[in-house]
Amino acid sequence: MNFDYNEEQQLLADSVRRFMQKDYAFEARRKIVDSAEGHSEKVWGTFAEMGLTGIPFSPDYGGFGGGAVDLMSVMEAFGEGLVVEPYLATLLGARCVARAGSDAQKKAILPQVVEGKLKMAFAFSEKGARYDLAHVAAAAKKSGGGWTLEGEKVVVLGAPSAAKIVASAKSPAGLSLFLVDTKAVKMKPYRTLDEMRAADVMLSGSAAELLGAEGKALPVIEAVVDFATALVCAEAVGAMKFACDTTLEYLKTRKQFGVPIGTFQALQHRMVDMVVAYEQAKSMACLACSKVDGVADARERAHAVSAAKIKIADNARLISQEAIQLHGGMGMSEELKVSHSFRRLTMIAQQFGDADHHLERFASA
Amino acid sequence: MDLNYSQEELAFRDQVGGWLKANLPADLRDKIASYEELTREDLLRWHGLLAKQGWVAPSWPKEWGGTGWSVVQRYIFEEECGYAGTPPLIPFGLSMCGPVLLRFGSDEQKKKFLPRIYNGEDFWCQGYSEPGSGSDLASLKTKAARNGDHYVVNGQKTWTTLGHYADWIFCLVRTDPGAAKRQEGISFLLIDMKSPGITVRPLILMDGGHEVNEVFFDDVKVPLGNLVHKEGEGWTVAKYLLGHERMNTGRIGASKRELAKLKEFAAKQKKGGKSLLEDPRFRDRLSRLEVELMALEITNLRFLDRMRRTGQPPGADVSMLKIKGTEIQQGLTELMMQAVGPLAQPFKTVNGDAGFDEFTAAIAPRYCNFRKTTIYAGSNEIQRNIIAKMTLGL
Repeated sequence: MNFDYNEEQQLLADSVRRFMQKDYAFEARRKIVDSAEGHSEKVWGTFAEMGLTGIPFSPDYGGFGGGAVDLMSVMEAFGEGLVVEPYLATLLGARCVARAGSDAQKKAILPQVVEGKLKMAFAFSEKGARYDLAHVAAAAKKSGGGWTLEGEKVVVLGAPSAAKIVASAKSPAGLSLFLVDTKAVKMKPYRTLDEMRAADVMLSGSAAELLGAEGKALPVIEAVVDFATALVCAEAVGAMKFACDTTLEYLKTRKQFGVPIGTFQALQHRMVDMVVAYEQAKSMACLACSKVDGVADARERAHAVSAAKIKIADNARLISQEAIQLHGGMGMSEELKVSHSFRRLTMIAQQFGDADHHLERFASA
Repeated sequence: MDLNYSQEELAFRDQVGGWLKANLPADLRDKIASYEELTREDLLRWHGLLAKQGWVAPSWPKEWGGTGWSVVQRYIFEEECGYAGTPPLIPFGLSMCGPVLLRFGSDEQKKKFLPRIYNGEDFWCQGYSEPGSGSDLASLKTKAARNGDHYVVNGQKTWTTLGHYADWIFCLVRTDPGAAKRQEGISFLLIDMKSPGITVRPLILMDGGHEVNEVFFDDVKVPLGNLVHKEGEGWTVAKYLLGHERMNTGRIGASKRELAKLKEFAAKQKKGGKSLLEDPRFRDRLSRLEVELMALEITNLRFLDRMRRTGQPPGADVSMLKIKGTEIQQGLTELMMQAVGPLAQPFKTVNGDAGFDEFTAAIAPRYCNFRKTTIYAGSNEIQRNIIAKMTLGL
């Protein structure tokens, strides 16, 4: 039993935090969010230099061969800083390649991802599917030596900046994964509430490469989405930490009736409940990250990940709402970072399955 | 990061679990499983078995019978007891008076009381709360006036858990009513419950059970030798006791057992021809509680891991475990009552011919009884005050 990060993980987390403090403060972030691309290539380059884009990939492709636990400290730091770069989106696209791709595909894709030259996205969601990963209407047809895709994927995070997308589609043999060049698709890009970039992706005769065994994609998709879920749990923990820290600071400095409002017991107890909720959420993020790639049994993995997401979704709501309430009117303002953490936490609660979805999955796992 | 116990710790857990399985008397196990009240003899029988095994006071120094276990081992032991459904070890002697004597007691006091506590020869209770002093403990009024070689104690204690079983009571009393601050002038006294002038009156709780009492002191003579630490320094002792680390504050093991029992029970309840476990409304409530318990177990392990690494006492972390642990315990009793449905209503037979199942009839009273958990041992609001002050600096 050991809940500490190891030395490497801690060093990585420290250097990420130092970078965030120096170059990713709230004002810097605002400029990035308002830029045309909605992310910073310079920041992305730094992530690659720091080795962040290589953490979960095999050393065969220049990566560090790490797992979700190694990513956890990075995701926590990203959550604290409300990073908008398409880091998770890229990891997920590349994770599909790493899990299902042929050697040639891995060689073609993964080193580029590790070096920060290739951004990716994972298009697994469709209209009307809610969180059902098997609900896929997009269709794949054989065409010459390759495939073409027809259909629409929605809310594909990171798609606008991605050069390659991994998309799920139904082929004659069943649910399959395909690698698609974004030049071959049409996109309707948008900002998400939490200031990231996403797009609805139109596949109309888009040329694609089969990724992995035809008709056998569901277990891969489930594993990758569980991996993503564990990572957003860790990211949520970081955002919760920020929300708790900044609220506590506000309680100590904001004065009303001649005293800091943190002297009022009605507010103290709510603050305590936020901190307790943070600790409980952190515990579950530890569980999810330690089970998501260390456990061979899909059921055990699903059980742990869904349990974690239930707690994260519930506590993200509690903490984000309370942080705003304790800030009073100021909490509503776009000018304070706390309102942006509210937006991120609110979206995390809805991503990769909300609490209801995971309650159902937890009960059947 | 590794959430698992080490091989040695797993082996220890198996050793403890195996011993408990083999040595927990069947009649006691069944009584606990069916939520029956335990007698003084039941409690002492279990105490005796653990004392004989050498496991009754793990945290004590080895010379006084402690086990020398690590904090993790102590946690494992206590949670395994909870999970196995053993009778509780009554804390007043082993975890309260004992540690106080070890820290503040004279050699004579240690020699006189510790072995008897260890062997269960003296049954202890706690004299803290008074009718006007609950969360505000420092407002206590019970007086002890020095008179020659003894104190004369007058006043009243209340909520005295198992006072009707007790041979001894440790009390906070006011020895200097004129002290400048309320916390000053309080002393820690050990009082023989057989002393003339002591009256114990039962307080029956809303579940019909007798576990707490009022204790009246009417000119009770207490030898000066029964003062622990210095006169007027009782508040220091009280604070030490509140901060004295206990490993099972979260009651994870006991709640895990209750959760398993709840699932088993709910599976047998039918709603529209289906098991209640398949009812989404019930199932969601159950799942949320289960997840909260999973989270608390890991939170508890994280705190233990930190304690082990830093060597620091747990501080306000214990308050967090108290808050969440008791909320979970209450949640479990609430869902158990939810599961039993309309059959929660039968309570007590009037003519000895019970037309109802004893177990289901015990569920609603248990729900009632467990409302105490968020009130006792420092109400959950007091725990929030502690966290606000100690951890958050508010």
